[in-house]
Amino acid sequence: MSVPKTIHPLPVSGPRQKDDTKIALLFILPASIGLVIFYFWPLVRGVWLSFTSWDILTPARFVGLANYQQMLQDPVFWNAVRVTLLYVVINIGVQIVVALVLAVLMQRLSRSVILRSVVLAPYMVSNVVAALVFLWILDFQLGIGNQLLASMGLDRIGFFTNEAWVITTIALVNVWRHMGYTALLLFAGLQAIPDTVYEAARVDGASELRMFFSITLPLLRPILGLVLIISVIGSFQVFDTVAVTTNGGPVDSSRVLQLYIYDNAFGQFNFGYASALSVALLVILLVVTFLQYRVTRAGQTDLN
Amino acid sequence: MKVTATALRSRSRCSLGAAAAAALALSACGIQDSEGTVDLDYWLWDANQLLPYQECIDAFEQKNPDINVRISQYGFDDYWTKLTAGFVAGTGPDVFTDHLARYGEYVQRDLLLDLDTQEATSRIQPEEFQEGLADLWTGPDGNRYGMPKDFDAVGLFYDTGTIEEAGLDPDDLKDLDWNPEDGGTFEEVIARLSVDANGVRGDEEGFDPDNVAVYGLASNGSGGADGQTQWSWLAGANGWAHTNADVWGDEYNFDDPALHETLDWYFGLVEKGFLAPYEEVGTDPNLQQQLGSGQAALAADGSWMVNTFAGLEGIDLGIAPVPSGPAGHPVSMYNGLADSISAQSENPAEAAELVAYLASTQCQNIVADAMIVFPARPESTDRAAQAFAEQGIDVSPFTDLIEEQNTLYFPVTDQFGSINSFMEPIMDEIYIGNRDPETLIDANERVNSLLED
Repeated sequence: MSVPKTIHPLPVSGPRQKDDTKIALLFILPASIGLVIFYFWPLVRGVWLSFTSWDILTPARFVGLANYQQMLQDPVFWNAVRVTLLYVVINIGVQIVVALVLAVLMQRLSRSVILRSVVLAPYMVSNVVAALVFLWILDFQLGIGNQLLASMGLDRIGFFTNEAWVITTIALVNVWRHMGYTALLLFAGLQAIPDTVYEAARVDGASELRMFFSITLPLLRPILGLVLIISVIGSFQVFDTVAVTTNGGPVDSSRVLQLYIYDNAFGQFNFGYASALSVALLVILLVVTFLQYRVTRAGQTDLN
Repeated sequence: MKVTATALRSRSRCSLGAAAAAALALSACGIQDSEGTVDLDYWLWDANQLLPYQECIDAFEQKNPDINVRISQYGFDDYWTKLTAGFVAGTGPDVFTDHLARYGEYVQRDLLLDLDTQEATSRIQPEEFQEGLADLWTGPDGNRYGMPKDFDAVGLFYDTGTIEEAGLDPDDLKDLDWNPEDGGTFEEVIARLSVDANGVRGDEEGFDPDNVAVYGLASNGSGGADGQTQWSWLAGANGWAHTNADVWGDEYNFDDPALHETLDWYFGLVEKGFLAPYEEVGTDPNLQQQLGSGQAALAADGSWMVNTFAGLEGIDLGIAPVPSGPAGHPVSMYNGLADSISAQSENPAEAAELVAYLASTQCQNIVADAMIVFPARPESTDRAAQAFAEQGIDVSPFTDLIEEQNTLYFPVTDQFGSINSFMEPIMDEIYIGNRDPETLIDANERVNSLLED
């Protein structure tokens, strides 16, 4: 960033600042256009549609708060909220712990690139394929999983067909798929922790476990918070795995919010109501994200 | 062949114009040529029927060289999403295969063309088809929105070997009767056909209903709002119908005790060990798989599956009529597909020509020979029955029901999509055993309020 050689050098400070703003705006422009067209406009339109009755084939009709009133009285909606929360708790709870252990092992035990690739492999498989594979593995009659159970003299389990099991099964299938990716993100965060801290700890005679809880965890907190926020948002939007394996069943035990939204919109043409449900999901996510951000203090680091 | 025919025809038009004014006519000729050929899109979902319909369309194009038909086939679930998207974007097909469960919603939104407004289709009379089929496709306004192409009924599919192993004769299955109290001879048969892990049959002492190897009756799930291949034939034989009218009823009858006792009996089979529990079959049951792998003995399924069952390895296919019931005769759901014309089609006259041809004896005979479904015209139905007979498959269990009009119409009402979405989890709950069929009285109120919307 040296000053360009010009014939008549101008005072550097004033005009250059002005130039920067222009060029900065120019650089931001393409992304802004995309953001406005593909994010803000649909968002505004979606919120507007939640106040209408619309079947996408005939013009939307303004109905005020009717969709929201219906939603508050809709037992399937409240059940969907409950089921989705249950899913998120199991999915994120297990995933973060497993991913953290994987990341620390990758950092402290072996830094093999091959191992890292293997851990990431499930993430390369599409959600639908992963779901289908597990659907077969865990099939009540034909699945190898259940045949294994039977051969050990245990009862077969309806992993995808029993109300008590279905959400846990789906949550764990997605843990399997996502843990490598989450582990990799956390691994990147671990790299940022200076080795000198560990060296000092070792000199003080700290154990591996003590180092984990006193050094790794506190210093990883901002990254952990960020990863948590991102994966919770993704987790709330679970759809494909459910659509492929149970389609919301048995009864409503796996009817998560996204599936209910989809069914209302594309199955029953109730786009107005589906929009209201989507706004509800947005509000839930905003609240959850805000709380997480505050609790984890993801914006600050203790490294300085 | 087709190309030459078009070329010949346009050339003759050309020479006519050339006589008047050479230079002008030449350019006009080019325009006429491109305008002369009309492109139509035709959609269907059944991959098995793609071949016979391609044959029909080839023949149609030969007769109408100025019409070019593009045929597209999509899987059943994607089909309706794509169709909706097509309607929204104005890129949908001109003509498409339509289903009774869906067409009400399209009629409601003025998306279908009244076939009587087009010359080619208005010539075809409803009486030309199997009794009642045309009624199913007549809207609440009396307009015709679909040209019947085929129909189906429900029957009991089995492997002759399995029946004989149980010490029964296929003839024993011909005149079964059923009632919701003790299940009649029908229950006796499915009890006999059920076998537990120790080889004990369902009608023998010591049968273990919790450890069943072969279920007497195959499960096709809970059936949602229509129960077509699940319980509709039993409820029908018990004198029940879905709604208060043959078509376009404005009230559902889910509150009727005749249905409740039917469901009590049907889903009660799970406890007896004669029907697989929900946990085993899940949300996507497969009757052919259950019969083919020997997990179930009798499968109630639609006539459109005859060929699929016949193709199962190691199965010597037999078909029995559904049992008779308190109504005094057997009842099967009577459902049929039709071709509809999109109201958005830019070439409705040509689209109507295509629909008329697809409903003609010529095309229906092609479909009959393919032995997949029963074509809507009686003479073509007979032809299909004969073709099946030549393969050693007796389809009279289906056709007799239609001839004697022992049928129950598929529920054709407004809002069927929403009603089915609402009823499906409820029926699943009854199947699982967590809900009493009598609670359908409350559900029915909700269903009827959906209809009023």
